Amino acid sequence: MTSPVQNKTLRQQVLILYLQSSNLDSGVIGWSHYDGTGRTINMAGDSEEPPYKTGLHALEQGWRLFQASQLNPHAPGDEFRTSYLKYEFFFEKLVALEDAPDHE
Amino acid sequence: MSNLTRLNSTQMAQFAARGFLRFDAAVPEALNQQFLDDIGDASDQPDSIMGHYGNIMRSSVVPLVDPGTPLSQAYPQGSALANILDVPEIAGAIESLVGSGSVVDHHFLHITFPPSYTPADKPALKSQPTHQDSTIDPRQAFDVQMFYFPHEVTLEMGGTRFIPGTHFRIVSEAAIARYQNIAGQQHTVCPAGTVMFFHMGMWHGGGLNRSEQLRYMFKIRLCPTQRQLRLWDIEAEGAKDKKRPIFWTDPMQDPTTLAAILTQPEPWFEADTGRLEFINRVRFWRYISGDDNFDADYWVTRIENEYT
Repeated sequence: MTSPVQNKTLRQQVLILYLQSSNLDSGVIGWSHYDGTGRTINMAGDSEEPPYKTGLHALEQGWRLFQASQLNPHAPGDEFRTSYLKYEFFFEKLVALEDAPDHE
Repeated sequence: MSNLTRLNSTQMAQFAARGFLRFDAAVPEALNQQFLDDIGDASDQPDSIMGHYGNIMRSSVVPLVDPGTPLSQAYPQGSALANILDVPEIAGAIESLVGSGSVVDHHFLHITFPPSYTPADKPALKSQPTHQDSTIDPRQAFDVQMFYFPHEVTLEMGGTRFIPGTHFRIVSEAAIARYQNIAGQQHTVCPAGTVMFFHMGMWHGGGLNRSEQLRYMFKIRLCPTQRQLRLWDIEAEGAKDKKRPIFWTDPMQDPTTLAAILTQPEPWFEADTGRLEFINRVRFWRYISGDDNFDADYWVTRIENEYT
């Protein structure tokens, strides 16, 4: 039996959404695309509108969630420091090369 | 610097909240042309990217400036850069932000090349990933970066992209390169002679130049040599401190008060850490004003109410 990752005709498309909170149904404030088919080229600053309104909206459109950021306790003395975007969700689609759209 | 127009409290509060100030067409056109002449070979003839930088470095009169050189001594009198730094609005902003004795950390002529500079057998250029300059920098004191655009920048030319309000986020340079798009990001489109001042922490990156022309931007990083305390024009008409309830409040809020400016959210704010940004802004205002009791909507006073 051949697993999807061994199948040379499948490629991974990755969508990263940054949400307003840990609630998957909260609004998208940041977004990135990486396309393993090579058919779309994405880069910083390439779009002004998020592809989906919420993380749940992405699920409804067929994206599979495979990683979510952890909720970590705040280090004593460092509670008010802001740093990286906090609510990061990785989604994927496995796309057959012959089916990959030229554009998202 | 012969004369200057220092910032008022509204401008300082906007800098505290959003991390930047923008002065459209602040530099007169004659000085923009003098700058473009001074930087050397600015021809638009396709060449290799490194070759073009080499030509510019060889022919340019922009000096090599050692780090720590006082700004007042960095550029020869009469040069385009000395004259630009003498424009009252620009001189006043610099003194208001980093004081009269600021020193140069470094400067650089950023050139963004159009597609015609990339050989056909090389990968197409991309925009510069979003980053924070230098390295992890948790200081209260702050440097500013002056971005000077000597010619008109159209949307196709890929002017500097930045995300207002990110300047207090303590991150490590390119660690944020994964973030391609953030709600509220701005792409600089501006007339010739526009100058922007960024807090050192501002997240930014160069855009992709899709035009037929080279795009130039000259950046100077300036460091204070004194405590940045009430350096702006505190007597000038501007935002005032006026207390107000955070909830169950007057629906007709005055948007011009310090509290209103410092609690204006950005589109990318997270539900919880957006409040931390308000706290960071209040603490920054306390630092630059020397008013340790200043607050906006009780955000900091509330968490300081401790008894031992």
